[in-house]
Amino acid sequence: MENIYLTIVLAPLVGAILAGFFGSTLGRKGSHWVTSTGVGISALLSLYVLKGFMYDGLETFNGTVYTWMVSGGLSMEVGFLVDHLTAVMITVVTFVSFCVHIYTIGYMADDEHNWPKTSLAGKNSYQRFFSYISLFTFSMLMLVMANNFMQLFFGWEAVGLVSYLLIGFWSVRPTAIFANLKAFLVNRVGDFGFILGIAAIVMYTNSLDYAEVFAAAPGLADTQVQIWGDSSWSLMTVIGILLFIGAMGKSAQVPLHVWLPDSMEGPTPISALIHAATMVTAGIFMVARMSPLYELSETALSFILVIGATTAFFTGLIGIVQNDIKRVVAYSTLSQLGYMMVALGASAYAAGIFHLMTHAFFKALLFLAAGSVIIGMHHDQDIRNMGGVRKYMPITYWTSLLGSLALIGFPGFSGFFSKDAIIEAVHHSTIAGSGYAYWLVLAGVFVTALYSFRMFFLVFHGEGPRDEHAKDHLHESPKVVTVPLILLAIPSVILGYLTIDAMLFGDWFKDSLYVLPEHDTLAAVQAMVHSGDGMLGHTFASVAFYLAMGGLALAFYLYMINPALAEKIKNALAPLHTVLDKKYWFDEVYQAVFAAGSRGIGKFLWLVGDRGLIDGLAVNGSAHTVGWLASIVRHVQTGYLYHYAIAMILGLLLLLTWFVYL
Amino acid sequence: MIALSDYLILGAILFAISVAGIFINRKNVIVLLMCVELMLLAVNINFVAFSHFLQDTAGQVFVFFILTVAAAEAAIGLAILVVLFRSKRSINVEDMDALKG
Amino acid sequence: MTLEKLIFYVLAAVVLAAAVMVVTRRNPVHSALFLILAFFASSGIWLLAEAEFLAIVLVLVYVGAVMVLFLFVLMMLDIDIAVLRAGFIKMLPLGIVMAIAMAAELILIVGPDNFGLEKYAAPARHAADYSNTEELGSVLYTVYMYPFEIAAVILLVAIIAAIGLTMRRRTDTKFIDPSKQVVIKKGDDRIRMVSMDAEKG
Repeated sequence: MENIYLTIVLAPLVGAILAGFFGSTLGRKGSHWVTSTGVGISALLSLYVLKGFMYDGLETFNGTVYTWMVSGGLSMEVGFLVDHLTAVMITVVTFVSFCVHIYTIGYMADDEHNWPKTSLAGKNSYQRFFSYISLFTFSMLMLVMANNFMQLFFGWEAVGLVSYLLIGFWSVRPTAIFANLKAFLVNRVGDFGFILGIAAIVMYTNSLDYAEVFAAAPGLADTQVQIWGDSSWSLMTVIGILLFIGAMGKSAQVPLHVWLPDSMEGPTPISALIHAATMVTAGIFMVARMSPLYELSETALSFILVIGATTAFFTGLIGIVQNDIKRVVAYSTLSQLGYMMVALGASAYAAGIFHLMTHAFFKALLFLAAGSVIIGMHHDQDIRNMGGVRKYMPITYWTSLLGSLALIGFPGFSGFFSKDAIIEAVHHSTIAGSGYAYWLVLAGVFVTALYSFRMFFLVFHGEGPRDEHAKDHLHESPKVVTVPLILLAIPSVILGYLTIDAMLFGDWFKDSLYVLPEHDTLAAVQAMVHSGDGMLGHTFASVAFYLAMGGLALAFYLYMINPALAEKIKNALAPLHTVLDKKYWFDEVYQAVFAAGSRGIGKFLWLVGDRGLIDGLAVNGSAHTVGWLASIVRHVQTGYLYHYAIAMILGLLLLLTWFVYL
Repeated sequence: MIALSDYLILGAILFAISVAGIFINRKNVIVLLMCVELMLLAVNINFVAFSHFLQDTAGQVFVFFILTVAAAEAAIGLAILVVLFRSKRSINVEDMDALKG
Repeated sequence: MTLEKLIFYVLAAVVLAAAVMVVTRRNPVHSALFLILAFFASSGIWLLAEAEFLAIVLVLVYVGAVMVLFLFVLMMLDIDIAVLRAGFIKMLPLGIVMAIAMAAELILIVGPDNFGLEKYAAPARHAADYSNTEELGSVLYTVYMYPFEIAAVILLVAIIAAIGLTMRRRTDTKFIDPSKQVVIKKGDDRIRMVSMDAEKG
């Protein structure tokens, strides 16, 4: 099996290297073939591994492939931990990645129009794009298959790097450069916490290996540490929160969420792959993987719960007022990531991963559908200019509908199971903040339905595109675009129902996730609904269903029947609309406090530290001191021989005196 | 009998006189050179005296070498002096201040 | 006081007096002549210390060669003594003080307390057939072979250096170099081939 795992990881890397370094030789066709084949191989093998776990009772694999170095008893290795959790993750990653590869062939077909004629970066941009997404797949697989913190960190940073490269893919656009810089900087904040967390783990367990750390964790549960002053913290809380800060950066949780909407500057396929389906879920995956640590700290869990719930509700609200089709989906992603975090905070790790999986499919689907519409609209992304697209793009329309229904949790769709499980789990949670989280996620359901169908109705229904010119050219996207949509639509609909019994109520994750009995909220949920079928049966008894339907109905009324009312409400609630439109002024505050503050510090250090102290005092200062000293001392050097002779004789005399009297 | 200290005191006084000579003839290079010769003579007297009193010819061999080196030094010193005089028309030490900082 | 001691003190007095004269004379030529006197007297002292060969060498080499060189240079150069003597009186007290201080300290070290006859008894005189030259030569060409050769090289270098420093090509003489006069470039300069048209007849 080790060879299969190695192949899963390395096939995309080979594709990325070939397309990246030999792209101009391979040509466009060769590049997309070689990368798609690599990822395709990975996807097939991942399915094989998944099947092994599902039916053939495959054993968990935990082994070192390569020892990089051993330093002070600390072994840094490349190793794989493949269990049920990993199997799910690699399948999701490779499958979505494969769909995105196929889709990209269509989406990027005329990428040269996005570059100025003279741009050097525009040469072979198509091949480069394929190389990047394959490299991303490799990095993500390294992350999820890691069996140690160092490899986890490697994958963590590698996906961040590729994300940075891809957000700024159209490097001739200033907005893209700004967005990728922003993503990079915000992620640095998270990574800072993350690496501190790893450092704390290494400090107390002297190991990077998951198994060893998890084995040592219960013994450290009561350890207290002094961070500063006399305040005493539980070590597990410190580690948990530090690692979670990393997850907040990567999974875009409030207040480190600001980079994700801006990352939509990148091409749509990567928005689907990286910024919706896979990379941003790395934080969720990490927290779930670290469940043996998080279970030991209720404080950290509460922290996760509150952050997640806040993200889930408040970013969803922003989604209602956005007009850029991709940004609506982006805020929806933020909100859904918040849901996953809430699940983790409620110790319903399985529900978090379950939602991660279903969300990966329907959110990738929604993004790719949005991309399809964007192709049709000739890269106009404003939903106010759209409308009536249904007539022209039937496949996109239907797949979008399925994706949206899955997103809002329409009964029977995969999102229904995962989201309801989360809400119920929070309901049963008893840790601090669970009440707050419950009400927010419940309200979030309504908001989700509202913004999803607002976008859906505005784009696909109503009067045709405003621009007559656009209307003439609007037609269904080519097969390479629509086939991935269909491929993704299938799991979006059925996957939840098929897997809920195994993943949530079965023992699928028994070897990967660790939940203390008193935290086991999923068991409480199971006691209530028993199974997926039971959950469907409970539909009409659940508040969430009515809220979702309410949101849908409101969207239908506001945007289909009485559009004038939407405008009226908007005017009536102008202050609220401003708050949402400005996204709670996060960007402005960050700009004013952190950006301006850093610039201020930088300027201060430049003027006082660099020019004043280093240049002025240390460099020029020492030169001036030497010069000043020399200007005095040089008078001793008269240049007259007899002065030197006298000095010599005086010295001799002194030496004699010393010799005689001492 | 002549004591070793007699020789040594003679050498010491001779050395002190030449030191004084360097002080008071500070401008005249040629007299400076002569003072250096006097110093070497003082040292040589010491060597010869020690050689005699310790019954060791090594001291005399040393004097031999010192004479050799002193002769070479005098030859080169005077040659430099001639060249110097040729270029500056003077042997005044005060005129040689090219090293002045 | 033995004769030997008397001779020593007389010679020592001559050496010191000559040395004082060397450093105080106005005319450098006189200084050089007094230096010669000091060398002569000290060569006598060396004879007392049974360093006969060195005493002879001192007279021959120093007085005969080095001091003659000094005098030669002194007389050849046109020296303005008045300028060189300036500051003589000013520096005299300092020089005397320095000399006395140094002499006092040195005598404290090398005086009779440390190097008197009690500490270092005077050695017995050698027999009449003792040859200082032979003894010196026997170690100089065996034990001190390499230093001796190096000393020879130093002298050679000194000769070359002295010549190299003082040699110059004079441009203001009417000297004619015969070898340059007879030198010709090969072939072409000596005859000139002229090609002329034959006279038409």
